[in-house]
Amino acid sequence: MKVRRLDRITDVAIDVFMWTFRAVIILVVVVGSALTLLSGKYTPADWFQLIGKGLTVGSIYAMIALGYTMVYGILRMINFAHGEIFMGGAFAGYFTAVALMQAGALTASVASGLISIAIMILVAMAVSVGLALAVERTAYRPLRNAPTLVPLISAIGASLFLQYTARGFFGSGVYGYPSVPFLNEPAPIPLLNMRWVDVLVVVASFTMMGGLYLFIMRSKVGTAIRAVSEDKGTAALMGIDANRAIVVTFVIGAALAGAAGVLWGLSYTQVTWSMGLVPGIKAFTAAVLGGIGNVAGAMLGGLFLGLIEVVGPNLFLSGFGVPSPTQLKDVVAFTMLVLVLVFRPSGILGERGARSRA
Amino acid sequence: MTASTIQVTGMTESASSSWHLRSFLRTGVLGGVISIYLCLVGIVPVFADRALIVGVIELGQAALLIAFGAVGYLAARDQVGVSRVRAVAAGTAVGAISGTFLTGLVLVGSVVDLRAVFLNASPELYALLTNGQGTSWAWFPILVGAITGGLAGVVAVLPAGLRSMVLVSLGSLLFFGLFAGLLRTPLLVTPLAGPARFLLAADGLTVPGAILVFFGTVAIIAVVRRTKPRQRVNALPKAQRRLVTGPAAILLLAVILLFPLAMGSFFAQVIAIVALFILLGLGLNITLGLAGLLDLGFVAFYAVGAYTVALLTSPGEFGLAQLTFWQAVPFAVIFAMGFAIFLGLPILRIRGDYLAIATLGFGEIIRILVGSDLLKKSLGGPQGILNIPKPIEVATTHWLAGPTQIYYLALAFAVVVAFVSWRLRGSRMGRSWMAIREDEDVAEGMGVNLVQTKLLAYMMGGAFAGLAGAISVALIGSVFPTSIQLQLSINVVAIVVVGGMGSIPGVVLGALVLIGLPELFREFSDYRFLFYGIALMAVMIYRPEGLLPSKIATRELHTADELAEMDDADLLAPEEITQGSAP
Repeated sequence: MKVRRLDRITDVAIDVFMWTFRAVIILVVVVGSALTLLSGKYTPADWFQLIGKGLTVGSIYAMIALGYTMVYGILRMINFAHGEIFMGGAFAGYFTAVALMQAGALTASVASGLISIAIMILVAMAVSVGLALAVERTAYRPLRNAPTLVPLISAIGASLFLQYTARGFFGSGVYGYPSVPFLNEPAPIPLLNMRWVDVLVVVASFTMMGGLYLFIMRSKVGTAIRAVSEDKGTAALMGIDANRAIVVTFVIGAALAGAAGVLWGLSYTQVTWSMGLVPGIKAFTAAVLGGIGNVAGAMLGGLFLGLIEVVGPNLFLSGFGVPSPTQLKDVVAFTMLVLVLVFRPSGILGERGARSRA
Repeated sequence: MTASTIQVTGMTESASSSWHLRSFLRTGVLGGVISIYLCLVGIVPVFADRALIVGVIELGQAALLIAFGAVGYLAARDQVGVSRVRAVAAGTAVGAISGTFLTGLVLVGSVVDLRAVFLNASPELYALLTNGQGTSWAWFPILVGAITGGLAGVVAVLPAGLRSMVLVSLGSLLFFGLFAGLLRTPLLVTPLAGPARFLLAADGLTVPGAILVFFGTVAIIAVVRRTKPRQRVNALPKAQRRLVTGPAAILLLAVILLFPLAMGSFFAQVIAIVALFILLGLGLNITLGLAGLLDLGFVAFYAVGAYTVALLTSPGEFGLAQLTFWQAVPFAVIFAMGFAIFLGLPILRIRGDYLAIATLGFGEIIRILVGSDLLKKSLGGPQGILNIPKPIEVATTHWLAGPTQIYYLALAFAVVVAFVSWRLRGSRMGRSWMAIREDEDVAEGMGVNLVQTKLLAYMMGGAFAGLAGAISVALIGSVFPTSIQLQLSINVVAIVVVGGMGSIPGVVLGALVLIGLPELFREFSDYRFLFYGIALMAVMIYRPEGLLPSKIATRELHTADELAEMDDADLLAPEEITQGSAP
């Protein structure tokens, strides 16, 4: 009897706490936005510029998020090393870019520059795919039927291994991507104030993601992947090679992450051994936000997270007089992460894939 | 060629007498890839100056030899059933194949500038691989690989007793080679300075030292095998057994207590850090090991403990109360607990893998907030809080000065915490934790209140971490946002996972190996997390219960057949089982 009452008290306490939590967040967002907008600290042009930035970084998150979402959909595991696959792609792109720069191809003309970037993306994709296959083979495949935390810990191990391997190979310094002059010029897009490189990032990522979406939805292999995500056993009975579907999933996710690495390098111009972790976690947030296992959701989630992260600190926090709000952009992103995981773990568009780990 | 090597299933007997060319090649390629990796990641060139045995072998070369030897040994073990000559030949061949990869590296490196990509592909590396003779000696690694692989093959065909003796002695050679310099320094001020100089160099063993270590280990193993002290003690009646184990325990205690005084302040510092991580590990052991909640933001509670003590004791501009350390510690623990409730309430209802990421998010939020301009006025921002008083203020010459007192402090707290968590594990609460770790739904069905139980585990873990944070501030004397790192959380996870989830001795071992070794050998610190990564993967794949598992975890993670197998194979398991079954 006594225990039951305690149970009820904790339940009520948690409910009260959760509602307070929600109320505080909503209050911060609403009041903060109102205060910021009323103060007139930022002009509409500023806001549009922030939105442009948010779209750029959001489309990179979306590309990484696809890898998380597809792997989670099919294996029910968080591929913690995915951020490092992205980092590997960024480095591969960097070394290719340096080689192309020395050959003069990168800056010769717009056409040869674009071809060079395409080559960089292809090389980065190849390297990332190689890395992902190696990780899947050594760190994940032996653990496919283990309890949930076991593959996750192994994935954390793989992530550390890749990070510090990159540090050993390339040193702890920061590498600067060679700058491509025509990409740094402003693009003729009204209001958003984007450079050509941002346009390239958005266009390239959406082209690739669109292609992926069609591939998953229309092609035979894509159907097989979706079938295996839905139910491994039944899919196997229908003659689908589950192992192959899983490997293809890793390949696609890694290819997109590699391409995202190059786009990140072009846009932010810096690559270093530890660059994969934070974008990786944010992309995971984006994947959960859109509904894990849901391909369209990951794209939407990525864009949304990018926008929130760039616009959020200024919009919600500067109204309260918080000094240097952009310092807190990761706080906004990670708060978003916690909020989504707590209040809507099934995401905006809903989860896809098997209910439990096969 | 390939047709003759195809293995036919069901014909294992005849298949094992074939050469297994493919598995053979695979082992060789594995060795080659590993040795190239060791070169390019920097282990070989960076440790090329670090002697293991002075004038004979350096650590960097030893890493390559170990790789060659390991693959040679594997290949030879594969062939031992067939014939001994063939086993040695297999070892030689696989070693040579591995060496070929390094030859390839040297040749490619002489044509292409690999250094544009790999920083470590330096002329020094090539010189090392060719014995300083240039590209014309590119065949040199093949020779070394063949010899090492062949020797490993010889070891592999030795009878089991002799084989383990050689392997253990080689291991102890490596161990003492690494430790020699550290042992030498404190010995030089004692009457043993003469022999210490003779046997130990500033880094590595001298040749006589190496000979002594190798044959000393052989002799010790031989004596132990002949006299079987362990079985004899175990065979004694209980009262007499105590006559042996009692003094042994007292001796161990004395060593633990006198260690920092005997070995000087560097060792005291290292061992204090180890004790601190034991404390953190014991905390996470409750959250992760018992309740199965993977907390990747453990550093948040550590931060709360650290900053609480800093704010309450600091005499500087951020100090609030100027309490003593002892008055501030209870606050640190209580605040960390309260913080755990605050974080735990919203997130503990979400599923296991999401929980890990959510806690990681919390850890990062705390890290950024602490260093941000927003809290700069109260927490000092990137400049941190300085001049935090020591727990026991003594003159710098006093024997309790410096890290020594922190060691005793952390040790005392660790003992208390170990006792608490040991008692908790057997309690009703502990059993509820293990029940929800195994299956939440079933546990709930059996009447375990999930949220309360998880929250309590989270709180206990947080309290221990807060305590560790408080002590660490006293150790360092200051606190900065940079001391709150994701790496710290990962470190603690690695300790608990590698040591054995849910096992208290496992945490101690994990902290000694994963924290103690890298702290002693600062030159390895760059490769510390690389090693953690490999350790996490390897433990999860080959031994998910950890190095020193609790009995329950072993039973859960293996099927009955595997357990039966382990009883035969594992030397530790039968003892544990007989102990467990004896009433």
